[in-house]
Amino acid sequence: MPRFLALALVLALALPLFFDQSWLLAYFAQTATLIVFALSYNLLLGDTGLLSFGHAVYSGLGAFAAAHVFNRYGVPLPLLPVIGGCAAMLVAIVFGAISTQRAGTAFAMITLGIGELVAACVWLVPGWFGGEGGVTIDRASGPSFFAWSFGPLREAYALIACWCVVAALAMFAFSRTPMCRLANAVRDNPARAAAIGFAPARVRFTMLVGSAFFAGIAGVLSLINVELVSSEGVGLARSTSVLVATVIGGTGAFFGPVIGAVLLTFFSVAVASVSAAWPMYLGLFFVWVVIAAPEGVAGLLRRDARSLCFGALGAMVWGVAVVVPVEALYAGRIDVRAWLIALPCALLGLWLARRTRAAR
Amino acid sequence: MLQWFCVSLLNGVSVGLLLFMLSAGLTLIFSMLGVLNFAHASFYMLGAYVGQALAAYGGFWFGLIVAPIVVGMAGALFERLLLRRVHARGALGQMLLTFGAAIVIGEGVKLAWGLGPLPAAIPPVLDGPLFTLYDASFARYRVFMMSIAVLMLGALWLVLRISKTGLVVRAALTHPATVETLGHDVPRVFTMVFAIGTALAALGGVIGAPLAVIEPAMADAMGPIVFVVVVIGGLGSLGGALVASLLIGCVQTFAVGASASAGSIAASLGVTLPPAWSALTVAQLAPVLPYLVLVAMLAARPRGLFGERTHDA
Repeated sequence: MPRFLALALVLALALPLFFDQSWLLAYFAQTATLIVFALSYNLLLGDTGLLSFGHAVYSGLGAFAAAHVFNRYGVPLPLLPVIGGCAAMLVAIVFGAISTQRAGTAFAMITLGIGELVAACVWLVPGWFGGEGGVTIDRASGPSFFAWSFGPLREAYALIACWCVVAALAMFAFSRTPMCRLANAVRDNPARAAAIGFAPARVRFTMLVGSAFFAGIAGVLSLINVELVSSEGVGLARSTSVLVATVIGGTGAFFGPVIGAVLLTFFSVAVASVSAAWPMYLGLFFVWVVIAAPEGVAGLLRRDARSLCFGALGAMVWGVAVVVPVEALYAGRIDVRAWLIALPCALLGLWLARRTRAAR
Repeated sequence: MLQWFCVSLLNGVSVGLLLFMLSAGLTLIFSMLGVLNFAHASFYMLGAYVGQALAAYGGFWFGLIVAPIVVGMAGALFERLLLRRVHARGALGQMLLTFGAAIVIGEGVKLAWGLGPLPAAIPPVLDGPLFTLYDASFARYRVFMMSIAVLMLGALWLVLRISKTGLVVRAALTHPATVETLGHDVPRVFTMVFAIGTALAALGGVIGAPLAVIEPAMADAMGPIVFVVVVIGGLGSLGGALVASLLIGCVQTFAVGASASAGSIAASLGVTLPPAWSALTVAQLAPVLPYLVLVAMLAARPRGLFGERTHDA
């Protein structure tokens, strides 16, 4: 299954190179960036059990550092993600020394505080962070790589896709190392891990630094795609979007975050273009995943066919029950017909949920 | 100087008490259910909106009393119908659920009341200055706010200390299994505590709204500060939350009024800063200061002011 998914991912990433539509390339580049970002986030959430609300700090600051290095020293563009990753690691060494002293709830709150601190500092020092406009690069200005200048989006996308595959492979290899198994042990039973001689805080710190490296790579991939890094890149909104993508995809399987990233970018482009209520649907879907499918979409796919059918049907019925009244509310009129559709659907959804639980 | 100090201190204490109304509920919920309610600031915002809507219907006092009840019931429903279903899965699932609830409440507020800011009216009785202190007037509304906060928290403390319900709640905090064996319905106590915590947050929203505007971003502005307060005070410690609330309230108010700059402070310490940094005034740094205090506190004392030593270290 993982091998099949990996092949599908590589083929899908290669697809837009043959069409050469700029919107398609930009969309796929965004997806590839979020895939790397979500996979790096899952090294924390899935493997170490650390819920972070400040992961964008590492990707954003890595991208800022890479943008400055690129503008000042003219580093070849294909090597830029490494620089961003190393810068993010340095940031993680500083902040991680504070945050990884604690786990669980306290860790989540500390990362939230650090995230807000960095986001506020970006506004305080406009000289380095570029204030409102951010820091821009011209990706064609670096030394060219054989015949490629990376000016056209197609060449830049090829670079992003290659880095996406390389980073995903590296993270897959990392998730099979003894280090990652230790992180799993710290997640499941920190007292026991400490008893056999591995300090949990140290393991958490190492995992955070490793995860920050890949987050920095993701930040630079986004920088290569849009040629801009601004205060949004370190903000809370970006941190929460990667959290949502990872949880929706599923933290239990390695490929879960990939599915989540693909779904989130697809729906954020497709649904946001037709409905203003898109964040509402995302929030409700997130709540549904947390309650009804804690293993995420990847976990749903692994269930047997019968409960999968029930689950899909239930989700669809709930979807109708939610979408109809929300759209009616947004349109500014509360219609009796909307409730006539929504209420039976909600009741049917409740009944289906009960059936599924009874069947399990 | 003395005048500025006194007024800033009073303002700081009033902001701190407002913060404590939120952090008290958050701390109670955390120590009881083991979950840091990420949607707490959203219930605060919901309280402000519902209070405004009710005030337009039946006057300020009607909104002040009814809005916390309405939001508290919404909180109870949330705990009973959703949060309880993920309780067995541990802190991570619960925190994710409350995070999702924060998104949904934030979007729901936009759906129901629109994106624009709403004004919050102050009743004429509470408008105007109450007293002047060294030629500076102090607003009547702030005194009202402080007294409501002190009254509510005093009542909460009394209920927890004296009444039998309070005894059950305090026992359920530390020994839920034993309390259940003695025949008390611990899950119902959980629901009640969650309802009271969210009602307190909503009350904070109703009385805090006239100091700012009611807008969909108010939860995002308030939430991180309240979490900072709770972590600085030590997770699960009510006394710590009180001290940290007053500390953060005063730090923010004093910083806004201060005229020193980072460069002059660094110069008095014998350090020179790069020009980009030294031009920053303390007033500009005010939004960052709570987080700086948080980082400094955690570097020095990872468990917070009055927090207990945890097992995850």
